[in-house]
Amino acid sequence: MSEPAIRTADLGKRYGKITALAGLALEVPRGAVFGFLGPNGAGKTTAVKLLLGLSSPTSGEAWLLGAPISDGSAHRAARARVGYLPELFRYQGWLSAREVLALHCELTGLARSSWRRESDRVLDTVSLMDRAETRVGTFSKGMQQRLGLAAALLGSPELVLLDEPTSALDPVGRHDVREIIRALRSQGMTIFLNSHLLSEVELVCDRVAIVDHGRVVAAGTFDELLSGDTVRIRATGLTDDALARFGTQQQRDGEWLVIRGLASAGIPDLVAEAVRLGGRVHAVEPAHESLEDRFLSLLGKDA
Amino acid sequence: MAIFTIAKLAIREVVRRRLILALVALTLLSVALTTWGFSRIPTITQRGVPIPDVQVKLIASQFLILVMFMFSNVLALSSVFVASPALSGDIESGIALALLARPISRRDYVLGKWVGLAALVVAYAAAAIAIELAAVDLAVGYVPPRPLEFAAFILGEGLVLLSLAILLSTRLSGMVGGVIALVLFGMAWLGGIVGGLGAAFGNDVIENAGTVTKLVLPTDGLWRGAVYHLQPATVLAATNAAGPAATANPFFAATPPPTAYLLWSALWIAAVLALAVASFRAREV
Repeated sequence: MSEPAIRTADLGKRYGKITALAGLALEVPRGAVFGFLGPNGAGKTTAVKLLLGLSSPTSGEAWLLGAPISDGSAHRAARARVGYLPELFRYQGWLSAREVLALHCELTGLARSSWRRESDRVLDTVSLMDRAETRVGTFSKGMQQRLGLAAALLGSPELVLLDEPTSALDPVGRHDVREIIRALRSQGMTIFLNSHLLSEVELVCDRVAIVDHGRVVAAGTFDELLSGDTVRIRATGLTDDALARFGTQQQRDGEWLVIRGLASAGIPDLVAEAVRLGGRVHAVEPAHESLEDRFLSLLGKDA
Repeated sequence: MAIFTIAKLAIREVVRRRLILALVALTLLSVALTTWGFSRIPTITQRGVPIPDVQVKLIASQFLILVMFMFSNVLALSSVFVASPALSGDIESGIALALLARPISRRDYVLGKWVGLAALVVAYAAAAIAIELAAVDLAVGYVPPRPLEFAAFILGEGLVLLSLAILLSTRLSGMVGGVIALVLFGMAWLGGIVGGLGAAFGNDVIENAGTVTKLVLPTDGLWRGAVYHLQPATVLAATNAAGPAATANPFFAATPPPTAYLLWSALWIAAVLALAVASFRAREV
């Protein structure tokens, strides 16, 4: 159980002259909600497909729950403990929701006696219980995505890969999915969340990797990734000499003084110091570097 | 067994999409129409006298071959239509993504599709042939000499095309694969006629070309086997007396295909399926 849920080493995928993934190195610890962030076309879906054996890498190796993707039978056995919601979610329109879930129970190798109970459980989780007997062909996109999420949760897998799981959902649906993810985390499940929605990742993930042009450009917990707190203070009557006392990590922005790398606990001392030096403090705004700021700066675009 | 899960799914898809319903309805309609046709044969008169029973049965036997040719074509076309999008359709729609991420091998997925669709082909062919033969028996009291062997050959032809369409479906879209399979099917039929013409005129090159087409795609060879088992002994004797010219006739076979050819056909199906599995394994989903 000590090996990470997902590990990739120099994982690469080329389609002719196009490089979809360029030597991806990634490690997703067990029990984490891991956000895999990147702009469209960064290689996120390609990475997921390689991990699940839906596509073959042109270089490198990856391990899914410890099983190398190059080892057909071990990888297949590992997939019994993995749930997957594809970005392009389509299920058999001629089957009812319950029949689709029974099919997935059967393919996953769950005992027949548990199918009904499992289907009911996941249908309830995604709020589709009242449509259990409806043909999937009549479902809206949002309902199909919920069904896909339900299918991914069958048999309480150890790892769930969600590829843009809220792309077809309304704000309420998105909120529901976040709640589902949090509940899964509390059960110790590992979630790999592929998304280009920064807010979504920020709200539920413990760790993130930011990928661009098929490469991880930054990875870690939010604390590791974001440069820390910033305080904006609007004060008048401070001389340049006085300002120099606030350290080097500061810059003037009109009447505002922006001080970086200061924990929020230090704000009272900062205000007291400003007043002691003869300043008149009009406003203090603790700020946090947002994931968006960091994301854009990593991709070479200013906020 | 994942093969049977996929096979059941393939059967359920065809049934739920009402293809079976359409086929059954149209088949019953064809049986009704042809039975009416057969029932009119005894009313044929020559110089005001009804034709003798021997002649009724002779006409019925030849008419039956034409009717069965239609059924075999319906079976062949249906096999191609259901099988050519079987894999490519799932990939194009995205349905394959969630399925193939499950602990199932590509081999089981391909073979499962084949088993499910083959079961449908067998069930449809067996039922259609049985109903038609029973109706003909009822209408004119004619039963072909070896109906079971005939049915087996027709089934073999359907399975050959099914396997070919599955192979094409691993790489090509349903429409493209379907068209290719049907064109090859038509060429094989024509190849059989051309080969027969070669035999009739003693031209080895043309005859060999016909043999090659029979080996490359064994549909026409199997059809000839089916026809052979529909021919009453009297027709066989009379036509054989006419010499090799009759081999060009696509509705006639003087001899049954040799056992080696049956083995070849079975091997052909196995090899095409093995190719399909190998091709689908390397397919990006």
